[in-house]
Amino acid sequence: MNPLKNIFNLFLAPKNKSVPLFKGALNYLLVCVLIIVVFWASLSVLNITFSFGFVDLYGKRILDGFILTVQLSLVSLVISLLLGTLVAVGQRSRILPIRYLCDAYVKIIRGTPLIVQIYLFFYIIGTAWGIKNRFIAGVLILSIFEAAYIAEIIRGSFLSLDKTQLEAANSLGFTRRQTLRYVIFPQMIARTLPALTGQFANVIKDSSLLSIIAVIEMTQTMREISATTFQLFESYILLGALYLCLTLPITFVSHLFEKRFNYARKT
Amino acid sequence: MHVRLEGIDMNFGEVAVLKQVSLSDRIDKLAIIGPSGGGKTTLLRIIGGLLVPSGGRLFLDEQEVDYAENKLPAYRAQLGYVFQQGGLFHHLSARKNIALPLQVVHGTSEEEALERAQELLNRFGLGSEGDKMPAQLSGGQQQRAAIARAIAASPKLVLLDEPTSALDPEYTNEVLDVINDLGETGIRFIIVTHEMGFARHACDKIAFLYDGMLLEYGSSSELFENPTSPELQRFLGKLLEWRI
Ligand SMILES: Nc1ncnc2c1ncn2[C@@H]1O[C@H](COP(=O)(O)OP(=O)(O)OP(=O)(O)O)[C@@H](O)[C@H]1O
Ligand SMILES: [Mg+2]
Repeated sequence: MNPLKNIFNLFLAPKNKSVPLFKGALNYLLVCVLIIVVFWASLSVLNITFSFGFVDLYGKRILDGFILTVQLSLVSLVISLLLGTLVAVGQRSRILPIRYLCDAYVKIIRGTPLIVQIYLFFYIIGTAWGIKNRFIAGVLILSIFEAAYIAEIIRGSFLSLDKTQLEAANSLGFTRRQTLRYVIFPQMIARTLPALTGQFANVIKDSSLLSIIAVIEMTQTMREISATTFQLFESYILLGALYLCLTLPITFVSHLFEKRFNYARKT
Repeated sequence: MHVRLEGIDMNFGEVAVLKQVSLSDRIDKLAIIGPSGGGKTTLLRIIGGLLVPSGGRLFLDEQEVDYAENKLPAYRAQLGYVFQQGGLFHHLSARKNIALPLQVVHGTSEEEALERAQELLNRFGLGSEGDKMPAQLSGGQQQRAAIARAIAASPKLVLLDEPTSALDPEYTNEVLDVINDLGETGIRFIIVTHEMGFARHACDKIAFLYDGMLLEYGSSSELFENPTSPELQRFLGKLLEWRI
């Protein structure tokens, strides 16, 4: 083999095999360097120098914002899981008003930007019904938004259930309830868990939009800080990094679930 | 076991898929044969309680099958059913596939169910495959495990719907051998199959289903040697066409 080809090979994934650790690390490093170089080049064109001195000064506020983002996201996740499941079940209801209500809900929420929903909900519904607390309003809006996506994840995985599996359960004498408990439920968990985990990362990112109704979460905190320090770039770089700290581990867990529950794979 | 079908009809919408299928006989090893779309699967599903007929009645050992929704699970639990493919639960190992119905439906203790499952796996040459998931087994192994599961609770009758037709030829025989062994050990079965050699030599009775009608019924030797209807003659003739 000629040496050129050997070098070229360093950057190629082997066929039908997982990438060896060394090769993976090398190439990942390469990509990171690439990203940094592009970023740095752009910055030097703009002639910007960084100072992250403000972090010391505003550390407490940043931490508070970070914690609020985590709280918002966690509470919203729990509520949206419950609501999303209900809606997914409701979409299969034989009672038509319920079915259509759930259907319309999913279509409207998924068909409009979150920012529109936040404004409409907060200023019209929120005001009319006296929901003044911004944290509660934020959690409600976010939950209602995410639940529509979660309902779709659940619905999709139900539709992808193999009919023969249900028929097999029938043929063995399982009652409906037993089929639900021993076949449908475990298979749906396996199908939805990776996607639902991934959705949690979306909840975290989407919560940033609540800054527009002045929920002092991470993004809003950073906006306020940058407004006084004028260190816009530094603030947003830090903000992005903080979001990554939250979402990357979640993505990792989602991939783990995917592997763990992929019982269709061969060894 | 005595099986009696009384004028079974099945309509899907406007289409009559089974027309007045009647039969009354002692059945040990019955093969249902016939061209594609003739209604074989439909009839088997009706016998298995997986499908409610549009008309007619079914008796097993002179006991009428009640197709009421709440009676069916108990009825199905007395039978074994093997699907063409993919009948094993994807999310359970081969061993659990066999053990779970014993525990859930038949109230066997977990320990006993697992023991019984291992026994059956050994019997079907899958002794060391028990921990594998269905997707990790070959097609032939999957079908043998499915058969093991079907007979685990000592069913009165085992129904098999083309258990080998999704398999590569090399796996077909191993599965047919297993089914033949069932017959030898006194397990009664009804099999839908396109394997005419098996129908002829391993089964004692043959039902020929054509266009939703039971055109011929009789002992396997008789039916294969002297097919009376032109349809069966043609059907058998076609099969011989490509024989080596
Ligand atoms: N659920 C259903 N709805 C509508 N039509 C159906 C349904 N199930 C079966 N049929 C029709 O009934 C006819 C008989 O089908 P069946 O599956 O019983 O045939 P088969 O003899 O098993 O054929 P094959 O050898 O191809 O498996 C076919 O024309 C099929 O299209
Ligand atoms: Mg069929």
